[in-house]
Amino acid sequence: MLRLSVASWVLFGLAPVVVTAADTRAETLVVVTAAGPNSMDIHGVGANRPAYGASWNLYDRLVSFGSKVLPDGSRSYDHTQVVPELAESWEISPDRLSLTFHLRRDAVFHDGSPVTAEDLKWSFDRAVSVGGFPTFMFKAGSLESPEQFAAVDRHTFRVTLPRPDRLALPVLASPVAIAINSRLARSRATAQDPWAMEWLKANDAGSGAYKLVAWQPGTQTAFERFEAWKSGPRPALRRVLVREVPSAGAQLALLRRGDADVIFNLPAKDARDLAAEGRFTLASNLVENAMWYVGLKADAPPFDQVKVRQAVALAIPYEAIMSSVAYGRGRALFGGTEPPTAATWPSPTPWRTDLTRARTLLAEAGYPEGFASRLALDQSLADPSEPIALLVQEALAKIGIRVVIEKIPGANWRAALLRKDLPMLVNNMGGWLNYPEYFFFWAYHGQNAVFNTMSYHNARLDALVEAARRETDDEAYQREVAGFITIAYEEVPRVPLYQPVLDVALRKPVTGYQYWFHRQLDFRQLAKP
Amino acid sequence: MPSVAAAESVRSPPPTPWRLLARAVTGNPLSLLAGAMLVLFLGAALFGPALAPHDPLLTNASRTLAPPSADHWFGTDQLGRDIFSRVLAGTRVDFLIALGSVSLAATLGTTLGMCAGFLGGRTDRLVGRAMDMLMAFPLFVLAMAIVAALGNSVANIVCASALINLPFYVRLARTETGVLRQAGFIEAARLSGARTPRILRRHVLPNLLAPLSVQASLNMGWAMLNAAGLSFIGLGLRPPAPEWGLMVSEGAGYVVSGEWWVPLFPGIALMLSVLTFNLLGDTLPAVVDPRRR
Amino acid sequence: MTVLTLISRRLLAALPTLAGVLVITFVITRTLPGDPAAFFAGPAASQEAVGQIREKLGLNRSLPVQFGVYLRDLARGDLGPALTTGQPVRVELAQRLPASLELTACGLGFALLVGVPLGIAAATRPGSWLDHGGRLVSTLGVSLPSFFLGLLLIYVFYYRLGWAPAPLGRLDAFVLPPEPVTHFLLVDALLRGEFATFRAAAAQLALPALTVGLFALAPLTRMTRAAMIEALASDYVRAARAAGLSRARILLVYALHNALLPVVTTLGMVFSYLLGINVLVEKVFAWPGLGSFSFEALLAGDYHSVQGFILTMGGLFVLLNLAVDLLYGLIDPRVARSPG
Repeated sequence: MLRLSVASWVLFGLAPVVVTAADTRAETLVVVTAAGPNSMDIHGVGANRPAYGASWNLYDRLVSFGSKVLPDGSRSYDHTQVVPELAESWEISPDRLSLTFHLRRDAVFHDGSPVTAEDLKWSFDRAVSVGGFPTFMFKAGSLESPEQFAAVDRHTFRVTLPRPDRLALPVLASPVAIAINSRLARSRATAQDPWAMEWLKANDAGSGAYKLVAWQPGTQTAFERFEAWKSGPRPALRRVLVREVPSAGAQLALLRRGDADVIFNLPAKDARDLAAEGRFTLASNLVENAMWYVGLKADAPPFDQVKVRQAVALAIPYEAIMSSVAYGRGRALFGGTEPPTAATWPSPTPWRTDLTRARTLLAEAGYPEGFASRLALDQSLADPSEPIALLVQEALAKIGIRVVIEKIPGANWRAALLRKDLPMLVNNMGGWLNYPEYFFFWAYHGQNAVFNTMSYHNARLDALVEAARRETDDEAYQREVAGFITIAYEEVPRVPLYQPVLDVALRKPVTGYQYWFHRQLDFRQLAKP
Repeated sequence: MPSVAAAESVRSPPPTPWRLLARAVTGNPLSLLAGAMLVLFLGAALFGPALAPHDPLLTNASRTLAPPSADHWFGTDQLGRDIFSRVLAGTRVDFLIALGSVSLAATLGTTLGMCAGFLGGRTDRLVGRAMDMLMAFPLFVLAMAIVAALGNSVANIVCASALINLPFYVRLARTETGVLRQAGFIEAARLSGARTPRILRRHVLPNLLAPLSVQASLNMGWAMLNAAGLSFIGLGLRPPAPEWGLMVSEGAGYVVSGEWWVPLFPGIALMLSVLTFNLLGDTLPAVVDPRRR
Repeated sequence: MTVLTLISRRLLAALPTLAGVLVITFVITRTLPGDPAAFFAGPAASQEAVGQIREKLGLNRSLPVQFGVYLRDLARGDLGPALTTGQPVRVELAQRLPASLELTACGLGFALLVGVPLGIAAATRPGSWLDHGGRLVSTLGVSLPSFFLGLLLIYVFYYRLGWAPAPLGRLDAFVLPPEPVTHFLLVDALLRGEFATFRAAAAQLALPALTVGLFALAPLTRMTRAAMIEALASDYVRAARAAGLSRARILLVYALHNALLPVVTTLGMVFSYLLGINVLVEKVFAWPGLGSFSFEALLAGDYHSVQGFILTMGGLFVLLNLAVDLLYGLIDPRVARSPG
């Protein structure tokens, strides 16, 4: 049935046969967003961020995270609290090398077949075999090969680890660790495509709280509550329609006229206006473990000199960026007075704007007249990276550094990051798992991952990051974290600007929005009375 | 049969562009308006940066998105830059883009078209095929692809704009030249031993100038709109250049939130200049066509 | 010569053009500096992962080999997968083409309904205020960037006045679509006699079609005016006048019939130009057409989609020219009989 209706949508390219009339509108939550999913399968090659969101709602995972109320009254997931989803309970062996999950017996997939340990085995084998993003994420929790996953019996599933890893359980709560209906998927697999990548791209084989009613790529995705869902409290919303509206102005008009209930991820400026107006609920959460920054290529002149990088850090107009780019929404990552700690990560740097000192440092580094360089930004993130770049360009000119701004289209941006030949760039970086050493391992460590956009290398920092990853003693861990942050902030290969906010605007009757680390909308907590 | 008419009119020496313009402008009220606006825009393009009350690039975090006032006639943008100064300074950039792409397309297109029309045969077929091929591309998307591939500099935007306007000039020059080829004075020139390049330059080209100037005038407006469209999808000029299309597309989102002045003033400037060129283009045939003189 | 021979000859003659488009498009998409493999490998990918994907996509092979593969797939009707939306390009195009065509046709229809009468009126009284006013109005439409015009229309007619429905594509999500026959919503709704659906679809179309139509107004008005002035000055119209035929008859039967030829030519060119400019209008109105699809694909380096899109447009262009030729034949039977 499901397949039929999806196929008819895809073929006809029209709105679905979702029952007519005004009462449908009343019980449907209409979400508008700039871009939609390009796949329903988070394991697929090139699945984009909205695809993670779709998959999050269509599929269940073994475990999930609890929720908490933040001091400002907003709701957020709680990374300290792992809660059951498909698994009713689980044990961790004393040597921390094996995790045994007991599955709930009443869980069924959208086609009515029961969820078994075999399905999890197949799904996890798939995640570590297909390469790309899921394999990478699983590896972050030391989950590397199919031998590590075993279906002990119909409702018992075991994961074994080569070494203790405290990220293993959090990884299993992350969006990639989905449970796929393996019987259904295997029936669609072919010899060339044993993991049914082709079929799952456009079809739903999940057991999640919502099922896919129809998907028109580039236009809209329709979800409907799965009435047999047992893995958590029954969601309040019956139907959700996610519409793609590229223009921010049009999004705002839709919300204000009541044709949309939720704008997911809106520009800082619009968020500020809506917040001041009070007619809408605005959920604003700092994005964990994330920052906007100016990266300086640290392995080539002129930014191979610490003094040049420090001069840049002293020239940046932080306050102007905070007020006219971030509109005051976001946490300043500059002008800090306290020493950094793991608890306050991402913590502010000690830098603030001081052009006199910047000029002195530049002269000491041998560039009294300054120099010319290029400042690159990702065209698909022009808001806010373009205004940031403009302000930085203007400020650097004051100390003699003349930069040309280069807007790089999305397709070239990734390639440019991989090539690592951009002398200066404006970028943002966020880690899913909220640990400073995780962030530093990818963004600063000398292994030179893509995220180390500055090609920075410092042996002392590397040693501290590695030590912190393995650390069991909390005091030593705190010391190591403070150590590597201090080095990174002293040598500033990347100049942190601010920690961004994820803003979601909701029409007043809509309640229950909860922030998730994957920065996608979870329909289950939302209600529209 | 306008082409035949044009061929007949060649006996009298072709009037200078200035006389053409002056005659056109006095003829009807819209042309007068267009002429006046052209003078205004040319003045802004030449002296705009000197006349601007503020530095068009200077940001001011304490005066962002300020509505029009005595100090900032057109208000300020999201970075506190003075929109009036930016619109003034943008005149030069926009006119450069328009002028650059149109003159490039006109020069190249006319040369190709003249050769095709005059030589005929294989050259004609080859040029015709190439133009058919070019026309079969969705032109705006082709411009997008070129700018995406080569980078968003003024030169590349000019080239992309020129390329997509090329077929119009080729067609025009080819048709007109084809007609002229039969004319007596060309035959006479050929008999007196003139070489093809010389005939094309001295005898054919002057007779093409009038219809070409009409086409060019219309194309100036198009080129500006093309640049604006490229800006809208993020393939416009490199920031912080004050270019109208870029300013409109950056400000487009502010309409709903109430800061209408951000896109409106550059939008009006863009609109008026495109209007100017189109009205001029409409006026020129009245001068060129001998029957309506 | 029969119409059929004309059609087949024209199509045959268009083959080299299409082949050229094919080759150029292939070269352009492969020389775009972006690396689709890097884009689709995702943010976390290492060089090796990107290499794997490059291999999967066949991008590590030489260009001639890639071109061969492309031709082979094309011969089978396989345009490859659209990397940006995950669907086969063929499906995407089939789905989006009617949306774009419907929008463009409606816009052009509007421009014809307004532009031709305006042009005729202007031609009857050249130099009058009607002439100048019409010229000013039609030129204004082509003077604003279409994306800005679209946003202004949304602002005024949807946001301020509430007359237009939400700018959300072809049909309100809560209206039952008609059974697809032609895939043009307006036509399908009428065929099924679903007038409420027709009204809903027409309401969605109004603003984007107006945006597109305003853009086409100026060239059509200008061309109609010029052709009519010429026709009115011709000998047969003078003769008709001398014969004492009524003014309306002279204008509509004799003059207009002859003025139609250049108008039809302009129409064809404007149509193909509009299909290109739709990229911007579709983005503003969240219209699920070809334009919005192609520009996303271009920015993502999604070469399958870009190739498929350009090829489709090239094919459309050929068909359009053919249609114009046939129309020519209908209006002026001499053209269809004479070669070329």
